[in-house]
Amino acid sequence: MGAGHAHRLYRHADSPVHALPPHTKLAAALLFVLVVVSTPREAIWAFGVYAVLLAAVARGARVPAGFLLRRLLIEVPFVAFAVLMPFVAEGERVQVLGLSLSVNGLWGAWNVLAKGTLGVAASVLLATTTELRQLLLGLERLKLPPLLVQIASFMIRYGDVITDEMRRMRIARASRGFEARGVRHWGVLAKSAGALFIRSYERGERVHLAMVSRGYAGSMPVIEEATASPAQWRRALALPCSALVVCLLGWTL
Amino acid sequence: MDSVSTTSTTGTAGATTASLEVSGLAFAYPDGHQALFGVDFTIGRGERVALLGPNGAGKTTLVLHLNGILGGGAGAVTVAGLPVGKRHMATIRQKVGIVFQDPDDQLFMPTVREDVAFGPAAAGIRGAALAERVRGALDRVGMGDFADRPPHHLSFGQRRRVAVATVLAMEPEILVLDEPSSNLDPASRRELADILRSLDVTVLMVTHDLPYALELCPRSLILSDGVIVADGPTAGLLSDEELMRAHRLELPFGFDPRVAETRVTDPE
Amino acid sequence: MHVPDGFIDAPTSAVTGVIAAGALAVSLRGARRELGGTSRASEAERGGEKTAPLAGLVAAFIFAVQMLNFPVAAGTSGHLLGGALAAILVGPYTGVLCVSVVLLMQGVLFADGGLTALGVNITDMALVTTVVSYAVFRGLLAVLPRGRRSVTVASFVAALVSVPAAACAFTLIYAVGGTTDVSIGKVATAMIGVHVLIGVGEAVITALTVGAVIAVRPDLVHGARGLRQRLRLRVDGELVDAPASPVSPAAAPTSRRKVWVTGLVASLVLAGFVSFYASASPDGLEKVAHDKGIDTRAREHASAGSPLADYGVKDVSDARLSGGLAGVIGVGVTVVAGSAVFWAVRRRRDTDVPPVSHGL
Repeated sequence: MGAGHAHRLYRHADSPVHALPPHTKLAAALLFVLVVVSTPREAIWAFGVYAVLLAAVARGARVPAGFLLRRLLIEVPFVAFAVLMPFVAEGERVQVLGLSLSVNGLWGAWNVLAKGTLGVAASVLLATTTELRQLLLGLERLKLPPLLVQIASFMIRYGDVITDEMRRMRIARASRGFEARGVRHWGVLAKSAGALFIRSYERGERVHLAMVSRGYAGSMPVIEEATASPAQWRRALALPCSALVVCLLGWTL
Repeated sequence: MDSVSTTSTTGTAGATTASLEVSGLAFAYPDGHQALFGVDFTIGRGERVALLGPNGAGKTTLVLHLNGILGGGAGAVTVAGLPVGKRHMATIRQKVGIVFQDPDDQLFMPTVREDVAFGPAAAGIRGAALAERVRGALDRVGMGDFADRPPHHLSFGQRRRVAVATVLAMEPEILVLDEPSSNLDPASRRELADILRSLDVTVLMVTHDLPYALELCPRSLILSDGVIVADGPTAGLLSDEELMRAHRLELPFGFDPRVAETRVTDPE
Repeated sequence: MHVPDGFIDAPTSAVTGVIAAGALAVSLRGARRELGGTSRASEAERGGEKTAPLAGLVAAFIFAVQMLNFPVAAGTSGHLLGGALAAILVGPYTGVLCVSVVLLMQGVLFADGGLTALGVNITDMALVTTVVSYAVFRGLLAVLPRGRRSVTVASFVAALVSVPAAACAFTLIYAVGGTTDVSIGKVATAMIGVHVLIGVGEAVITALTVGAVIAVRPDLVHGARGLRQRLRLRVDGELVDAPASPVSPAAAPTSRRKVWVTGLVASLVLAGFVSFYASASPDGLEKVAHDKGIDTRAREHASAGSPLADYGVKDVSDARLSGGLAGVIGVGVTVVAGSAVFWAVRRRRDTDVPPVSHGL
């Protein structure tokens, strides 16, 4: 995470979506996904409209389709699962190309696939248009406990440092001719994991010392403020609101 | 053999007000390992002193006592007349600025600006005064153009300089540097030396980089096995081969402290 | 086990969200206490100030260690889920907190686990895993003889139980709010079957890792802390005792023996059920292991216990199903008993220590 992932996750551009304050975007993404999840699965057209809405946001944010689609790959395991569903689910069955499939299972697969994909796409758009630091500020503005945000912030700052330490340990093992091939070698790997924990914890203690040395007494001094105007809120919430309209139509039609 | 040099402890700092006084300091970690066995020394205001010692001598442990992060053992530490203890902790931590060995530990905020602002902001400074402090501190270490960069995108030498700035922003009485020259290439080393020489504060530099100590600090202390075994002019200590060998301190190949000292004192 | 959006219906997601929020609130408060008095604490720095950096670094560690591959055989490999490890090393509150933060960041940054499913994921993977493993761990420590080997044994059992317990919790959530029509029996069998196997891997790695830490820094293992020696001064080359200074004694953890014994009995009951189940259908489990690996993770830690991987088992015969149900009941009993123990102890502790105020 941190830097290593940060510049891969975030894509800088000068767009109205990038310019929105982080907490409005976080709220919009969360509400949008909530609306999507609440939509009845039979309203197939509604999911199409959601996809179009997201595509419009992506266009507005100047996020290339290829970039977005590649990030969607994280979903692949779920797709694999969705494909299995029609085979294992109960109830009435239909014959498709000589295979016996459960109708319920087909609906279930569609449901998970559609909602899951839209959820992932919304999260990816959020992470693509919002800097890591801003995301954390946004979480704080959304009234997450400050301590939780601080922990997340330290995790982001040091995620790279620790992953890097782990990589160096692996290289050190490999340089001495060690290659983990099976369960027999777990002891060595676990020792590395233990050493990694000790290093992480001790670094945490050193970081704490550095903080205390500069007068830290439990709360982070407020240095940067993120504020949102009503107009910015309206613009950010346009997405979940239009989705809500679609959802209500989906229930009534 | 060591007792000769130990006696000079009080001589050097007598005239001026002491920035730092350490007496009878002993400490053991909770895992049972005892690191300090009774440390005594005094540093006068405006002095630049090197604390020398081999790995494991207890240098870092000693440093952590100076602003009350470690404590609960025996002995006392006094900073500018204030005893280090719970009562004056906030003042003590503002007065003692510690620059830690690994800048990654010191730079914990997402951007350089926020990191340098952390100390003064924690002390209650806000707005324009805060911005002014940050700019001033960064300019003093020549990192003014990097304020909005995340620390992990800087080189090691730059990170070390920012780490010094984070402490300078608090306007300390005494600057304590833990191995300031470690992992620096020769150019960064020289840049940092120039910065340190330009500062008008008391400096305690903890190191086993002997040429660096000689270059920057007229006086040195040697900490070995948790006690101060020698205190005196840096050049004199470094020239005492027997003393150096006894405490696992070695000069780099071909380095002669007497020749080097004349170079340091008359730069032209 | 990262559950995506749309897998659990909205009302259930909301309820689990509330549970997760409550758990986090409690953990934030508890973590301050756990991290307040660690190895290098001095008189001057007691209190909650340490929580953020330490928990942050532990979260970063968990995030990193989930990427450390433990090869099993034939190209498959597993990795730690880390809930039990976190609970044992840094305590249950901090453990819940750290794993939750990892999940939160994975959801927001990597879209790994749905935003609306965060409650489900946190309840399942952070809360149940950590609380169950810690209850089992402390329960065993209370009755086993004092010593490093006991800690290792307790870690092993704790981790072993924690993974199927999480699978069971997931099954329960699924039973309440699942959006697909797969029978609960099949879900339970598949989830718990696979997770007993994963649990074995988790147990081995956790025990080895805890053993490695305890060999070097025993003071860092939560609950195995508190050894102090007298200070000495070197005066003229001689070592003499330093004048005694007030040192706060380490917290005495032994008084709750009775409560822990109850927890232990509950977990033993569970272990019995699990092993019964595991031995009842060795073929199926072996097959699953081969098909799915303990975890056929390739990148991004997505697949370890992902429900999809686990659902791969099809056409489970009735005999196995009943075995699976037995497992469910067993784990369920433990979850309830473990939680009860946990809450009982927490309440007792709360009466001892004045509550630390914090904003939520």
